[in-house]
Amino acid sequence: MKTEALIRALSLDAARPIVPLNRIVGLALAAGVAASVLLFTLTLRPRADFPMALYSPGFLFKMTITICLALTAATLLGEVARPLGRGRSRAALALAPALLVAGVAIELFVVPGNEWHTRLIGRNAPHCVLLIPMLSAVPAALLMLALRRTAPARPGFAGIVIGLTAGGIGAGLYALSCPDDSPLFVATWYSFAIAVVAGICFIAGKRWLRW
Amino acid sequence: MDAANHEWHWTMLMEQSLEGDCAAYHRLLSLLTPALRRAIRSRAHSVGLDAEDVVQEVLLALHLKRNTWIRGTPIAPWVAAIARNKLVDAHRRRGRRLEISIDSVVDTLRGDSGDSDENAHDLERVLTSLSTRQRQVLQAVSLEGYSAREAAVQLDMTEVAVRVTLHRSLKSLAALFREETS
Repeated sequence: MKTEALIRALSLDAARPIVPLNRIVGLALAAGVAASVLLFTLTLRPRADFPMALYSPGFLFKMTITICLALTAATLLGEVARPLGRGRSRAALALAPALLVAGVAIELFVVPGNEWHTRLIGRNAPHCVLLIPMLSAVPAALLMLALRRTAPARPGFAGIVIGLTAGGIGAGLYALSCPDDSPLFVATWYSFAIAVVAGICFIAGKRWLRW
Repeated sequence: MDAANHEWHWTMLMEQSLEGDCAAYHRLLSLLTPALRRAIRSRAHSVGLDAEDVVQEVLLALHLKRNTWIRGTPIAPWVAAIARNKLVDAHRRRGRRLEISIDSVVDTLRGDSGDSDENAHDLERVLTSLSTRQRQVLQAVSLEGYSAREAAVQLDMTEVAVRVTLHRSLKSLAALFREETS
């Protein structure tokens, strides 16, 4: 086929309105959060002491970290979805880990050494490691589908950003029911669960986000 | 016109295209094509790729991914980023193909078949992988240059169906190219 002929076909197809990238990503994000909230209400419930937990620094810290991760990663989605990486604002991803490190430092300072181990192991580590990926799955899948309609400069990195967004959403929801408030627990098990999600999304991104 | 003026002109045409101005879009792609050819030819020839195939792949990608351009920004760096991605992909594909088809390399060395047409007409070859309907529509609007309405009459379809089928066929073309790379 001659290139001129292809251009004729493309021009005819240009009458079709494009869907703005931000709308594609925004819809996937909203639908993903909604699906995970629904899954949470169907399978889990907030921890028994829920209203009181709102006054617990450990609980608030946990919520802050997970929401912070979800927000900072989500704001990067529109950028990693484009062929021309502008290298802007990637540093924002360091915010949640930095907060976490600070929280762990305070915990180590305030809590006597013989309690560290118990707090790190917590009560529900296996739950945490299973449920966070479960609550992240739908947002991750929907964002993956959304970014397939874009042109990520680096598919693997785009996958990681999807994984961190979805992992942050899943962790934030799981935190509502999780009885372990120590930053030591969060730094170990939450990080592990989110890293698993991000790792899977990295591989998936390399495979499916190429264009 | 100097280079900066050219690029400003391209950007203006793209703005108009996204408002649904097909004529501006046709003009934009026609202007971009020689520039793409120049940029791609030197990089493709050195490794034995058919430059025109890569140009067509880039045009398809520009079209299907045009929602990743940020309105109001210059279009040239965005076009260059897409062209670069497609060149890298084409190199990868070429590398694999050389690995697997030693026989065809030997044939070229013997030089009895004139030109290596096997690799030179990728789009032609992927066209045959489209569904009959998709191929009919694509050929009607491209090779024969029909409008959507004329193609609809010719193929006994509605105009909407022609447009939908055309869009799908372009997406299939891009996907078929990609499949060859993975």
